[in-house]
Amino acid sequence: MTERIFTRAMGVDEVSGVRPTVEAPFGHALAALGAERPEIVGMTADLGKYTDILPFRDAFPDRFFNMGMAEQNLVAAAAGFARTGFMPFATTYGVFASRRAYDFVAIAVAHSSLPVKIVAGLPGLTTGYGGTHQAIEDLGLMSLIPGLVVIDPCDATEIAAATRAAAEHPGPVYLRLLRGKVPVVFQPEGFLFEIGKARLLREGGDVGIIATGFMTERALDAADRLDALGLAAGVLHVPCLKPFDAEAVADFALRCDRIVTAENHVMRGGLASLVVEALHERGIQRSVRRIGLPDRFMECGAVPTLQKRYRITVDDIVASAEERA
Amino acid sequence: MLTMARGPGQGYVGQGLGIADVLAALYFHELRWDPGDLAAPDRDRFLLSTGHYSIALWAALAEAGVFPLSELSTYGADDSRLDMSTLDTTPGVEMIGGSLGHGLGQAVGMALGLRLAGSPARIFCELSDGEMQEGATWEAAMSASHFGLDGMVALIDCNGIQADGAVVLDMEPVAEKWRAFGFSTAEIDGNDMAAVVAALARTRQRDGRPHAIVLRTRPGFGIPTLMAREKAHFIRVDAGEWDALAAELEREGVRND
Repeated sequence: MTERIFTRAMGVDEVSGVRPTVEAPFGHALAALGAERPEIVGMTADLGKYTDILPFRDAFPDRFFNMGMAEQNLVAAAAGFARTGFMPFATTYGVFASRRAYDFVAIAVAHSSLPVKIVAGLPGLTTGYGGTHQAIEDLGLMSLIPGLVVIDPCDATEIAAATRAAAEHPGPVYLRLLRGKVPVVFQPEGFLFEIGKARLLREGGDVGIIATGFMTERALDAADRLDALGLAAGVLHVPCLKPFDAEAVADFALRCDRIVTAENHVMRGGLASLVVEALHERGIQRSVRRIGLPDRFMECGAVPTLQKRYRITVDDIVASAEERA
Repeated sequence: MLTMARGPGQGYVGQGLGIADVLAALYFHELRWDPGDLAAPDRDRFLLSTGHYSIALWAALAEAGVFPLSELSTYGADDSRLDMSTLDTTPGVEMIGGSLGHGLGQAVGMALGLRLAGSPARIFCELSDGEMQEGATWEAAMSASHFGLDGMVALIDCNGIQADGAVVLDMEPVAEKWRAFGFSTAEIDGNDMAAVVAALARTRQRDGRPHAIVLRTRPGFGIPTLMAREKAHFIRVDAGEWDALAAELEREGVRND
């Protein structure tokens, strides 16, 4: 009989591997930025504790605003703040930022290219609370909004760097948040994050894994295992869904016999769709197998259980990469 | 406004004429702003949440000299800056209106920002009775009160109409709702210039409460024929009627002087 795991509130550490972790990388990065940039304000909709923004609040209590459980107003007020010369970082969960506040993100913020940075917790399947809390289609929804930068970072290092890049970017940004104890995959020394650029982590050959978000960590582990199996597996990390580095994807695919995409998101409208478009537009013929979430609402349960059930683990990437077209 | 609507042969003349007195009182009396320096950080801001009232805003901004009066005839024409619904690319427009329920929340953010910056500037946000049906309006009202944004004034245009005709959900008692949400609230005839000017003057008080003025307005005010028209949300005027309507407005204007 399989072990039954009990649902926890959530934590990436629940499902991360052996890598060291950093606590609340977003909040600490924002607090550091706040000292350099007096125009940064922090906002949340009753999820300050759960979106790691409290280090900023503690450092700058006068520049932190809890708007209550009202995500439309969170985003509208952030737009108003931006129009008076400030740069709001507004946090909530991805489901609420996308599904509930969508019109405000599109019209109040993106239509005028205002410097509002939306930081969205519980991306994809990182909570056991079911469809109400699992932001499984936010990357697609947000990528469809003109002018909105959409970032799905891999680890603690990239979250910190992407937070800084978001502040340096003049327009609006949607940043998926990994909260709590977040694994360190990339060495922080000399790490640079450039909006719209993919990151080649490992050269391909037999198979090329194109991944975004924390699936990149799993892709690297999968590549090690494939290597041991005698398959040369490359990994291209694509943290920005928009702007999308189609050139880097195409170049990488040309050097691989076949492609596997890996994303913590439904398999339509996110990374896989963008990869297929990029390859097809350039006449590059490669089989593309998709690892991602199914086109359905998922139940409640322990995160490790659900991630196995819905096939976004290292095992799933390895199995998919082993299959020949 | 009649001249503007004559080009397309239609337009939101009813709403425009209904709110015209309020805009006149704001732009030519209450707002501290400089038509020659539209980006001044300490300017008072007027937010037109009902973007389709643009016809009234264009009239006010042209009269103030933000753009030439001659440009008004381009209202609603291809490539005109004077759109049927406001975009913030037109000089003097402080937000994109038209997606109803957006104005008051942005006013909250602006009021918070101005306060944080130490600016004395105030925010006047127009919204409509129909717009109170949008839940975001009340999210914004809650937060305005919570944060004590006494530099913020909600101007609620109660003209009794919305897209499907007469107001489809009863919003009364309007003033009591705003009072209950913590706003210092007045209720006046929005087409009585003396009452509008006096009510706006009272909003200068900064006592920790945001302000609301419930404006009872009449669509098409100043032109009895339009005021009597049933489908006043989007007025269509036959080609032969314009001169007669203009003459009516002229007569009414003289009588009100």
